[in-house]
Amino acid sequence: MKFKLSQLYILGLVMVAVVILMWLFNPRQFLTLGNFQSMAFQLPELGLLSMAMMVTMLTGGINLSIIATANMTGIVTALILTSTIDPAAPPSGAAWLIVLAIAAGLATALIIGLINGALIAGLNVSPILATLGMMTLVNGMTIVITKGYVISGLPNAVRFIGNGTIAGIPFCTILFALCAVMLAIVLNRTPLGFKIYMLGSNPTASYFAGVSNRAVLFKTYLLSSLYAGIAAMIMMSRFNSAKAGYGESYLLVTILASAG
Amino acid sequence: MKKWFKHHEAYVLLVIVLFSLIITIFNPRFLTLENMFDLLKSYSFIGIFAVGVTFVLISGGIDISFTAVATVAEYVMAVVIIKYGGNIFFAFLLAAGVGIALGLINATLIHYFKIPTIITTIATLNIFYGILMVISGGKWIYALPDWFRSFADIRIFTLHTSEGIAYGLSIITLIWIITIAIAWAILRFTKLGRGIYAMGGSITAARRVGFNIFKLQMFVYAFMGLMAGLAGLVQALLVQTVAPNSIVGKELDVLAAVVLGGASLAGGTGTLFGTILGVALIAIMSNGLTLMRVSSFWYNVFIGLVIIFSVSFSAYQRRTKTKRAIILEEE
Repeated sequence: MKFKLSQLYILGLVMVAVVILMWLFNPRQFLTLGNFQSMAFQLPELGLLSMAMMVTMLTGGINLSIIATANMTGIVTALILTSTIDPAAPPSGAAWLIVLAIAAGLATALIIGLINGALIAGLNVSPILATLGMMTLVNGMTIVITKGYVISGLPNAVRFIGNGTIAGIPFCTILFALCAVMLAIVLNRTPLGFKIYMLGSNPTASYFAGVSNRAVLFKTYLLSSLYAGIAAMIMMSRFNSAKAGYGESYLLVTILASAG
Repeated sequence: MKKWFKHHEAYVLLVIVLFSLIITIFNPRFLTLENMFDLLKSYSFIGIFAVGVTFVLISGGIDISFTAVATVAEYVMAVVIIKYGGNIFFAFLLAAGVGIALGLINATLIHYFKIPTIITTIATLNIFYGILMVISGGKWIYALPDWFRSFADIRIFTLHTSEGIAYGLSIITLIWIITIAIAWAILRFTKLGRGIYAMGGSITAARRVGFNIFKLQMFVYAFMGLMAGLAGLVQALLVQTVAPNSIVGKELDVLAAVVLGGASLAGGTGTLFGTILGVALIAIMSNGLTLMRVSSFWYNVFIGLVIIFSVSFSAYQRRTKTKRAIILEEE
């Protein structure tokens, strides 16, 4: 029997090794349902941000602005929510407002993605520079908007996104799984996904194969921003607030997660 | 004149002059020697980092771990000189030694495992910083020796303002100037420097020409480590406190400064002059915004806009240049 040591296989082994090691260090607490549930609560935001990073890395690019995008999205959504809804009001009356606020937040994320796409696909700016600039700019704007304060006092219904459960499974885990499946379908079963991989392995070849590299790059950065935006909803709900500079330490971690 | 404007540096210089003019109109205090010497002193820290990062970018790599290297070098240096005493040269040797050692670890990993440099150095950033935090417990160090304190106050020459306040070229700025001079000489006059450019342009071509890629890589990352170690020392001299969490997190700011100066992440291009201009641009902007009484909240917005415009402009320039080249070939 011959094992093909694919990277995924090694990564699986490493994970099993880490689980065993953790269990040896702390046998009483690590392998409990409660602990796994709490891990399931933490995974989605990092997972979604890593997916946002991953799609751009598949094309040979990078998106340093995902955390800034997420914070901006969270702040826009939270500002709309806090200015229109009284946190003590019953959740039923304001449902459409919440949907509206989330839509506005995601639209903000898409606008940032649009600018990234325009710079990278339109002007041929190298992705790391374009998104470094966007990261600084958007970070700056979040600080200007919030003046460094935390925006809190969100309606109770919002907390469900990050803390609610459906049949014992955290809602955010379900959301994460849905997004992961959707991304997998896009990447493996659609022309766009095929083109993303092709562009990543050889842009010149994909160009001569008749692929519009620009369109693919543009869509990639839109997709990346959208996923960062969805991550923002979970972050906002879990922290029950929005602020400039949340989760900045995640940025480099997502690059590592995507590279694994 | 026309030829001169083909260089990226010329545009950065133009922007700097323009900014300086605007700031001076709003607040004439900007263009005083006192303010300039102050800026030169406080930006020596970023400036020394930038010298190292320029080397790495020219060689076609990228280094994220330098902030952690600087932190470790600074911390080790501080602990040792407090415990065993010594003098400023000993402190220099310690910081430089630790920096070089950690840089060599980076180089070895990059060369033998062929992992992309950005990923290797993000990992080593976390490893170096993580180990330091575990061992030190994140404790701040305040009690630096007196000779360390007095060294930081040395001025190469001293001037006096009309109110009698002393100012002048700090010895800290001199450290930066010396590193620039050495780095410039290496890039300009040695085979080593040529090799670094060659490796950044095309690693295969450089190997075929006969450059020893392993040695070049070792040198580049060791040099980056040395600069990081010195930057750590300079930070300790500047603030006279060693806080393990004060440097890590600044890596992208330094990268932005170097990139503004025209070093390309694709490797093979970039000059020290450009890097100095990049650092100067960032320094003048942040100083200028303060002097113009703009709220510091706006600082990142301006820096972000400048980066985006600068990289878009040079991308646009590159495109017109290649178009022109194609037309010329067809003719």
